Amino acid sequence: MNRTKGDEEEYWNSSKFKAFTFDDEDDELSQLKESKRAVNSLRDFVDDDDDDDDLERVSWSGEPVGSISWSIKETASNSGSNHEREQLKNRNNFSSYTQLPKPASTYSLSSIFRGRTRPGSFQSLSDALSDTPAKSYAPELGRPKGEYRDYSNDWSPSDTVRRLRKGKDKLQLLEEAVSMHDGNVITAVLIFLKRTLSKEILFRELEVRQVALRHLIHFLKEIGDQKLLLDLFRFLDRTEELALTHYREHLNIQDPEKRKEFLKTCIGLPFSAEDSAHIQDHYTLLERQIIIEANDRHLESAGQTEIFRKHPRKASILNMPLVTTLFYSCFYHYTEAEGTFSSPVNLKKTFKIPEKQYVLTALAARAKLRAWHDVDALFTTKNWLGYTKKRAPIGFHRVVEILHKNSAPVQILQEYVNLVEDVDTKLNLATKFRCHDVVIDTCRDLKDRQQLLAYRSKVDKGSAEEEKIDAVLSSSQIRWKN
Amino acid sequence: MRYIANLVNADKMAGRTRKYKVIFSPQKFYACEMVLEEEGIYGDVSCDEWAFSLLPLDVDLLSMELPEFFRDYFLEGDQCWINTVAQALHLLSTLYGPFPNCYGIGRCAKMSHELWRKLEEEEDGETKGRRPEIGHVFLLDRDVDFVTALCSQVVYEGLVDDTFRVKCGSVDFGPEVTSSDKSLKVLLNAEDKVFNEIRNEHFSNVFGFLSQKARNLQAQYDRRRGMDIKQMKNFVSQELKGLKQEHRLLSLHIGACESIMKKKTKQDFQELIKTEHALLEGFSIRESTNYIEEHIDRQVSPIESLRLMCLLSITENGLIPKDYRSLKTQYLQSYGPEHLLTFSNLRRAGLLTEQAPGDTLTAMESKVSKLVTDKAAGKITDAFSSLAKRSNFRAISKKLNLIPRVDGEYDLKVPRDMAYVFSGAYVPLSCRIIEQVLERQSWQGLDEVVRLLNCSELAFTDMTKEDKASSESLRLILVVFLGGCTFSEISALRFLGREKGYRFIFLTTAVTNSVRLMEAMSEVKA
Repeated sequence: MNRTKGDEEEYWNSSKFKAFTFDDEDDELSQLKESKRAVNSLRDFVDDDDDDDDLERVSWSGEPVGSISWSIKETASNSGSNHEREQLKNRNNFSSYTQLPKPASTYSLSSIFRGRTRPGSFQSLSDALSDTPAKSYAPELGRPKGEYRDYSNDWSPSDTVRRLRKGKDKLQLLEEAVSMHDGNVITAVLIFLKRTLSKEILFRELEVRQVALRHLIHFLKEIGDQKLLLDLFRFLDRTEELALTHYREHLNIQDPEKRKEFLKTCIGLPFSAEDSAHIQDHYTLLERQIIIEANDRHLESAGQTEIFRKHPRKASILNMPLVTTLFYSCFYHYTEAEGTFSSPVNLKKTFKIPEKQYVLTALAARAKLRAWHDVDALFTTKNWLGYTKKRAPIGFHRVVEILHKNSAPVQILQEYVNLVEDVDTKLNLATKFRCHDVVIDTCRDLKDRQQLLAYRSKVDKGSAEEEKIDAVLSSSQIRWKN
Repeated sequence: MRYIANLVNADKMAGRTRKYKVIFSPQKFYACEMVLEEEGIYGDVSCDEWAFSLLPLDVDLLSMELPEFFRDYFLEGDQCWINTVAQALHLLSTLYGPFPNCYGIGRCAKMSHELWRKLEEEEDGETKGRRPEIGHVFLLDRDVDFVTALCSQVVYEGLVDDTFRVKCGSVDFGPEVTSSDKSLKVLLNAEDKVFNEIRNEHFSNVFGFLSQKARNLQAQYDRRRGMDIKQMKNFVSQELKGLKQEHRLLSLHIGACESIMKKKTKQDFQELIKTEHALLEGFSIRESTNYIEEHIDRQVSPIESLRLMCLLSITENGLIPKDYRSLKTQYLQSYGPEHLLTFSNLRRAGLLTEQAPGDTLTAMESKVSKLVTDKAAGKITDAFSSLAKRSNFRAISKKLNLIPRVDGEYDLKVPRDMAYVFSGAYVPLSCRIIEQVLERQSWQGLDEVVRLLNCSELAFTDMTKEDKASSESLRLILVVFLGGCTFSEISALRFLGREKGYRFIFLTTAVTNSVRLMEAMSEVKA
């Protein structure tokens, strides 16, 4: 990429031009270069009050641009702003008169309002505002020459303020913008109003203007003006949105301790009753996770604990959902007593985890560790006579699926398939997982010979299952259905 | 903007002088300028706009590639893109002549139409006297029909999008599809002959079609056995290339099908579809709710769980408060407490709401459920549902016959209506509306439907007296989806076109599906 400076200039100028129109006209390109050189004389030229031609070009610049160029003086370097202005003027000269519809220039408030490139009729907006040549009205829009002059002269901040002073005019501007439906324009006006109206007045006026209000809210969110947004919600008495906006900030805090502290501040916020409970839970959860994480990291590095040696942790538990934390706890801390922060039972109690969810998660964890005894214990209950019975709040078909996913041995699978209540599901699962005994027994109970015969063809030749099937088939005690 | 500002300021601090150019596409917003100004770099960068707003993704599909449209407008109420839409419409009208008939439904459609008309007036004379090439334009807001966008897709194109995620008309097929160790980026449009034949088909037909094609291809290859030198030379120079191309495409799509099949079996797709159909038809609501609850408990997928909840909410006109609270709590426990913000977004957008408290239904249900077991309570809830509730979706569905009554099997090989895009269970609402309005050439007789859609005052017709419109052009219809459109809807309308002799052209702010919709609403990066 060895370009000379001259080439670069040309590149930028020409590519800029190409950005506008797909049919490059060479004359326009050379005109562009020429006028770029003549830019200062151009400025003098349009300072002339009575030049009507300027009207067309001048319509490109507007009062807000004036204020932008004013602030450019304050902040950016001079050369930069001149360059910008040059480009602006160049664009004034050449753009917009081709057939293809051009993008709206956003340099001028009035052109924003029209939303297109053709100058000329200001129609609604400026007509409404510039009946009289009164100075305190929005003169710039009705008197383009005045705009241009402002733009090119040295402006003072007080000038800006003097222009659109009447609150009534400002609001009329807003209402015009809203009637045009263009969100970009509405936001532009709001930016202007935000700068020139006091907070209270702005809020008060927007309270009754829903469309503009929405735009302001979205704008504040986009630029991250958290403070003003919160003030706005407070003013509107939108307590829930206030709370949520404040809460949303936590996503930007990476450090777990700091995030925890922040969440603590969220607890007293005006959430709905249920949401308050959720926020409280969020805080408690993170608090726990920090403790568990610190503890476990210590254990892991000490290298003495078997479970951590056999199954090293792949990720930290911080900011994980509750169910994931429960799984983790059932995996690494299953046997701990209720007193410790990391025991599953403690988690269950603190967060009021429903039995179903608890069993499901514990099962998944213990099955992953192939701890079949624990799985058994999960479902075994003793009734008052001392007999044990197996019950599951989640449906044994679910249990079987999870066991199968974790490659449980067939005997274990078989046992649980047998517990499935619905006979069809039981048969399906047994067939799917090749639990021969269950299939055979179920077919026998259903007195379904055809099904059993079909299954016989699927088992290995000469196997014990085959023998069993034959035995059952030849049994004279069963009265087969088919 | 801030990112750019940071880059520039970093350079400034390091003493590096560079020229910066920022090109905004499709348009620059005033707020962006403001930020540049605020960050003190307004003078350092030069800005430009590139008004590239229409991307032809296919012979009948134009996309504005504005996925942010959905969230900006339907969640935040920001109308910043309405001008872009109006400009796009204006561009099309300058290219293809005035549009004699214009229909629309929805607030955004109305506003876009008004702004567009203003634009046209300003540039008066440009289109006058031209022959219209497109006879009808139909503008539709996404929120007029959320249901269709939330359903799982089963036409091939939709399935590919749901499974592999189509971006800008192309898709990344990984090694499991290409049967090699490389991934391939494939352009999916009408130029892919194989794709073009299967894209609108129900998935159940695709495999059969592809294997038949593979057999034909093999037969063609085999012809070379009986050839003499001259024939062989001819074959190699003229036909072989085409056959090879077809072979390549075939194997790619067969690979894609296999991959899709594998994924769907793993996900227990059958069960999922069954639940969706139940929700669409209005049966077994309690069972469906239980299915969703289990889906959440098992931490299957945050987006999928959310989608199902939204489907339940919209078809049932909101969840009953007890379910809303319970499912929300379980969701937060399974997928993270920060999703509190996601729920707030969904509520605002109207995708996941709670029924108003104090409903007769809730009060009764809670009394009764205390007396009976879970299973029975579910059945009673269902019964009450059909009596007391005013579910607009159900009413609309009935009025527009969205759930086809079928005697026997619904033939997916030779579909007889648009419901085939959802396996015969449901005619997409948006497509049905378009069909009805086009038939009547107005909204006449659809007042009740419009009211139920909460669009009274928001459905309009705009007919300009245009006697130059040829009958050819009157069969060409431009459908504009504001907020996104799914491949299923496109397939359904293509079908309608074939049936009624129309040709549809689609203009959408972006191609979308249920995953994208949910992601747009999620406050938390998944």
